[in-house]
Amino acid sequence: MLAFILRRLAQSIAVLLAVGLVAFSLFRYVGDPINAMVGQDTTMEARAELRDKLGLNDPAPIQFFHFITNAAQGNFGLSYRTSEPVGRLILERVPATLELSFCAAVFILFVGVPMGVYTGLYPRHWSSRLLQAVSLFGVSLPPFLVGILLILIFAVSLHWLPSFGRGQTVQIGWWTTNFLTLSGLKALILPSITLGLFQLTLIMRLVRSEMLEVMRTDYIKFARARGLTNRAINFGHALKNTLVPVITVFGLQLGSLIAFAVVTETVFAWPGVGQLFIQSVQFSDIPVMAAYLLLIGLLFVVINLTVDLLYSAVDPRLRGAGSARPAGH
Amino acid sequence: MAVASNNPPLLEVKNLRVEFPTRRGTLLAVDDVSFDIAPGEVLGVVGESGAGKSLTGNAIIGLLEPPGRVAGGEIRLEGRRIDNLPYEEMRKVRGARIGAIFQDPLTSLNPLYSVGRQLVETIQTHLPLSAAAARQRALDLLKEVGIPGAESRIDHYPHQFSGGMRQRVVIALALCAGPRLIVADEPTTALDVSIQAQIIALLKGLCRDHGTAVMLVTHDMGVIAETADRVAVMYAGRIAEIGPVRDVVKHAKHPYTKGLMGSIPSLGVRHDRLTQIDGAMPRLTEIPRGCAFNPRCAERGARCLIERPDLMSAGTSRAACWLHDRGGVGAPVAPEMADA
Amino acid sequence: MAGWLHRVTDSDIWWSFKSSPMTVAAALLTLFIFAIAFLAPILAPHTPFDPATLNLSDGLKPPVLISADGDWTFPLGTDDQGRDVLSSIMYGTRLSLEVGFASVLVAMLIGIALGLVSGYFGGTVDAVIMRIADVQLTFPAILVALLIDGVVRGLISVKRHDEIALLVIVGAIGLSFWVSYARTVRSSVMVEKNKEYVQAARVIGLSPLLIMVRHVLPNVTGPVLVIATLNLGLAIITEATLSFLGVGLPSTEPSLGTLIRLGNEVLQSGDWWITVFPGITLAALVLAVNLLGDWLRDALNPKLR
Repeated sequence: MLAFILRRLAQSIAVLLAVGLVAFSLFRYVGDPINAMVGQDTTMEARAELRDKLGLNDPAPIQFFHFITNAAQGNFGLSYRTSEPVGRLILERVPATLELSFCAAVFILFVGVPMGVYTGLYPRHWSSRLLQAVSLFGVSLPPFLVGILLILIFAVSLHWLPSFGRGQTVQIGWWTTNFLTLSGLKALILPSITLGLFQLTLIMRLVRSEMLEVMRTDYIKFARARGLTNRAINFGHALKNTLVPVITVFGLQLGSLIAFAVVTETVFAWPGVGQLFIQSVQFSDIPVMAAYLLLIGLLFVVINLTVDLLYSAVDPRLRGAGSARPAGH
Repeated sequence: MAVASNNPPLLEVKNLRVEFPTRRGTLLAVDDVSFDIAPGEVLGVVGESGAGKSLTGNAIIGLLEPPGRVAGGEIRLEGRRIDNLPYEEMRKVRGARIGAIFQDPLTSLNPLYSVGRQLVETIQTHLPLSAAAARQRALDLLKEVGIPGAESRIDHYPHQFSGGMRQRVVIALALCAGPRLIVADEPTTALDVSIQAQIIALLKGLCRDHGTAVMLVTHDMGVIAETADRVAVMYAGRIAEIGPVRDVVKHAKHPYTKGLMGSIPSLGVRHDRLTQIDGAMPRLTEIPRGCAFNPRCAERGARCLIERPDLMSAGTSRAACWLHDRGGVGAPVAPEMADA
Repeated sequence: MAGWLHRVTDSDIWWSFKSSPMTVAAALLTLFIFAIAFLAPILAPHTPFDPATLNLSDGLKPPVLISADGDWTFPLGTDDQGRDVLSSIMYGTRLSLEVGFASVLVAMLIGIALGLVSGYFGGTVDAVIMRIADVQLTFPAILVALLIDGVVRGLISVKRHDEIALLVIVGAIGLSFWVSYARTVRSSVMVEKNKEYVQAARVIGLSPLLIMVRHVLPNVTGPVLVIATLNLGLAIITEATLSFLGVGLPSTEPSLGTLIRLGNEVLQSGDWWITVFPGITLAALVLAVNLLGDWLRDALNPKLR
């Protein structure tokens, strides 16, 4: 077990370094950092001096090393667009994105998974078929369209919910939260649904198909042959076996949520990290892009690692010598 | 040995029909099958793949997979009809009065739960025992089926057992609520040959000790000859012959059975040639008129092409063949040429 | 030709196709949309992106059946520049489809090529390519596409970027989807590589790579097709999202996503038709593609037969 953890840790660090390399290449080689930092009439000598001072003439590995150490301390330089420290920009906006993603995740977990279980247990019932059809829509509608639609209905026509912004937030330390004000909570509803809907339909369909497959297995048949109650079979045996592979997907979805917040934040003018990223792409603001990349990379790696550990805790077949997740049942 | 036949039978199957609606029409997979099982006896049900033996077993435990369904006939357990019970009532019968064992012990056990938990769960579903008492019963069963070190292995997971050990666990699970009848569907087919004999002996011994009857479904005639008291030979969804095992094996009365017995080699007996029955069992959609076996039968007559024989008395067994009827088979007809 | 057609109509796949009314409907819808997109230059009543034909006084007309201000020459209304929504949708769908297909093709080509190389040469080449794949897989496709677009933007001027926007988008999306193809092909290659006919070919002096291509590629057509059907819907959505975010196709040659973005800007003032109609078209297109893809996957899946 320990060997497994250590191996996964080493892998994660390798991936992080690779991501760091990409971010660094972006940072250093795309566009000219000097040009973005100084005015047009700065002399060549001044630029050369600046270049030297910033270490831009050092050999690449040394620059990479500095980049990584700086990054570890949260220092990503200055934004090309606003000249503010990138680290601070990101920190300001992280709570907005995280809270949004958290709400979407809750939505997915507590609505999507039960719906998947239900349609898996009773696939021929008309309500299941209806949900299936609706889920097909969910997978086909791009998230931004969903957002626009929701805004059109609930904000522009019905005036029930706000169509943009975070509403009122409360500051606790360096974190700002939506959860403590009514307007904050109201502002969370439409964006969370928008963000979560696509992933929700994915999870629902996955849970359903896993459930259907599990119900066809021999051990379920044997459980029935032993006269176990439906409740014991459906929720004891079937559910546990269904949910184990779903853990992996849900973990990956968490990462996706944070990444897809990019779109939702744009539609709803939500001041999060995603909106920042889009602005940086439009403006070619490399430091912000690089920092965002590293942040997302870190997040994904941590999530993947946690999911792997969780998986081996739940599936006893994996607790032996370090092994990857099994493909089947 | 078989019990005297004036005890009321444990299981009565009368005129059972199982059909499958398909897009090409309705298939009759089990056609008018009748037999009894006495308390404590081992009835072997033998036949080729597709003859309908597994489906008969599934129908008895009430687990026919849709769209298959029981289309006619009766199944009675200890006098009480069980084929038309609502799901919840049948659920109580399963495990407590009828147990089942399936072919593949690896996939029969839930990989995420320990063996002990699966045993205790089954025990507590049917018997009013406390958790501690149930666990003790589970332990005793594990010892009885021959799992060494049962005290520690009870908390192990299925993947930690070998194939033969797993099937022993499966047998324990089938017996743990004290059923009167076990339906065993190919219990040794997925096991190594060396283990097969052990498992069969275990099954037979346990059932004798507990007084449990067994319906042993298999295509392996050797297992039947070793283990069963009586045997039913199925062909194309019907019973071709049924009788005490020694009689059916040594003095088969139905031409199909004769062919089957002749195709089994045995040590110590000189065979000039193993018999092979020409042709193949017909598909369910193409069952011939009259006797289903007639195209492949060397002893057929005109009557066999027209009238379908029911089981009729033939010495100590019963066989579905006009050869044993006073009217005979009529004018002899040569068997059809077998397909290349 | 006739014999082949006969085999198709006789096959299980055709039967399962005919017997599912939803699939047939989806196929018809898809064909309809494809036809319209393909024939846009002929069918469209206007050429909305030729500035010479525009008249600002036509601007912001509502759809013809909703209000008295409508005009049959602009049946679905116009945007603020006087561009006909119906024609815009036709051309936009055409672009969305072009990008969708092209990017799936690019992803397939890159993926198959890298999969072949990775599987055949093994060793360090394989390790490097697979590491890259792993790292890339940690990121959702849309982020990868965004990143690539941002990088290109940083490297060339804005005007030039608009000109080659189509290429950039196709490249970006294609580059974000290659991994699944590569993995499938790689595992097939690794299986075939060890077979005797490959070694025999090497002994004779034939290029084993060519032999493998001839044997491996037919084997992977099935799974690759399945991945492609999944990808097409996603590619269309990704392109639409990128365009909506303003980093995809520009307003000079808008796809459905761009149209939706342009319409979004006037949404608050109640001129809904500029966004909603392209939106409905996009949703219908992706829905139809997904339905077809679902059916194709079920039909090709040996486990469900």
